[in-house]
Amino acid sequence: MDFLTQYKNALFLIAVLLAQAIALAVQVRSPVDAAKPDGPSVRLIRMWAMTSVTPVERVTHALGSGAGHAWSEYIDLRHVRQQNKDLQQQIARMRIEEAAISEDALEGRRLQAMLGFKESYVGSTVAAEVIGASGSEQSHMLTIDKGSRDGLRPDMAVITQNGVVGKLRDVFPATSEVLELNDQSSGAGVVLATTRIRAILRGTLTGRVQIGNLTADSRIQPGEQVLTSGGDQVYPRGLPVGVVESIAPDPDHQPYSAIRVRPAVDLDRVEEVLVITGMQADLTPAVQQDLAAAEVQHAADLSAERLPGIHDDANPAAASGAAPAANAPPVTPHPLPVLHSDRFTSGTTPPATEMTPGAASSAESSPGAPSSTQAQPQSGATR
Amino acid sequence: MMVTRSYMSRREVEQQSFSIPVTVLVPLGAVLLQVLLPRVFHGLAILDLPFIVTLFFAISRRSAIAGTATGACIGLLQDVLTGQPIGVNGMAKSVIGYAGASLGSRIDVENTATRALLAFGFSLVQSVLLYLIERRLLGIRAFHLLWLHELLRAAANTAVALPVFLLLDRAKHQE
Repeated sequence: MDFLTQYKNALFLIAVLLAQAIALAVQVRSPVDAAKPDGPSVRLIRMWAMTSVTPVERVTHALGSGAGHAWSEYIDLRHVRQQNKDLQQQIARMRIEEAAISEDALEGRRLQAMLGFKESYVGSTVAAEVIGASGSEQSHMLTIDKGSRDGLRPDMAVITQNGVVGKLRDVFPATSEVLELNDQSSGAGVVLATTRIRAILRGTLTGRVQIGNLTADSRIQPGEQVLTSGGDQVYPRGLPVGVVESIAPDPDHQPYSAIRVRPAVDLDRVEEVLVITGMQADLTPAVQQDLAAAEVQHAADLSAERLPGIHDDANPAAASGAAPAANAPPVTPHPLPVLHSDRFTSGTTPPATEMTPGAASSAESSPGAPSSTQAQPQSGATR
Repeated sequence: MMVTRSYMSRREVEQQSFSIPVTVLVPLGAVLLQVLLPRVFHGLAILDLPFIVTLFFAISRRSAIAGTATGACIGLLQDVLTGQPIGVNGMAKSVIGYAGASLGSRIDVENTATRALLAFGFSLVQSVLLYLIERRLLGIRAFHLLWLHELLRAAANTAVALPVFLLLDRAKHQE
């Protein structure tokens, strides 16, 4: 009894440590199901804790986003017009690029159909807001404001418009926890875009993202894009993951290389995400419509290529894929600009009223005749 | 009539207590802030507010059992919210609470320099404990101790701990 009294503090500490060590051992020994990373009791504890914390997180998030909204929407509006103009120009450029890419997509689809290749596409997504983070350097997790009530389930992929964020780990009724790509327990099947080398991407303790299962390969260079391979059955194929940042020998796992990847998404500043809730074997109706329009445009472009005279170079948008409006005026064919003008070139000959019978025939000698350098812009202006 | 005399140690004389709201709300607030602050600025994840609060209560109460229990509760709550295996921070902070309380009963912990040394030293001790738990108990081979980073973390924790300690000193009840 004296022993217990004398060493009660140390015994209490040992008892507390022992209890937690046993709890840890139970968690580690539990069969790890991809959809259920925690055992039922641990999951229950986490759910209670999250349910208690979520209202506070929602309130602070609402206050923070409200203040940010007031600032960005009402006060900080400098350069907005210029940004709007730039964005409109960017949209115009992207429409042109999109038309070309749609062509490739269409061709790829035809080839896939010919080969009987099964492809899956993002069918449905749920938008969610990030309301919390793990707050620890050891774990990189986010809390989002959507849960099982919104149709979310563990292991669903979480993305933004820039690329992959991670996947759902724990899903509670009203909230979910997202395991980010840079968490040390995270992993994803990836493929290097240029070399088509498949690899496994993992998070590190320091919050970085790296590929560690490849040996040194001179073909892999910094700057190469990394995409999801689809092999892990979590992330759909072809989503941007990041860019190869550096390649160095991995001191812990020789002879493998540590290929550091810079994530496509700034994982420390994610505000809104999309959770991929469903995949489908075919494209969505909207995308199919776009592709059909691209196919029609492609046919029109082929005809235009065979008749180069009707190219409207003054309107490149019309020339490269944007469908002409129904009430647009018909394009008047004009000759292509000349490379070297001579006296037979359109616009270089002076009008008949200025010509004198018996005068020198050279156009250049006539004072009223425009020079060839003057003729170029005139010719261009009429096109 | 026999007079009963009891001898109280320095530790027992100077034990300080806190009101129930402070005992409950301060650790909860620390854990919540730890979760919320890195959302505002990711660099703040280097701080460990639950550690600071654990250390403060441990050295103020000077009771090893209370320090251990406080550390265990705060650490477990932190584990639950960070998605880590439950017990990692719980074990580390239990030890911090026990050691802080044991040391607090032997030295003057009201001095700012002593507090700074305690915060810095115990922050490093916690890093070593976390390393041992992750690497030895959980078998995570990739877990490394980055000394420079841990020194920075200790310095940051110390810088925040000193004003927090001064603030929490006002909530003490002298017994």
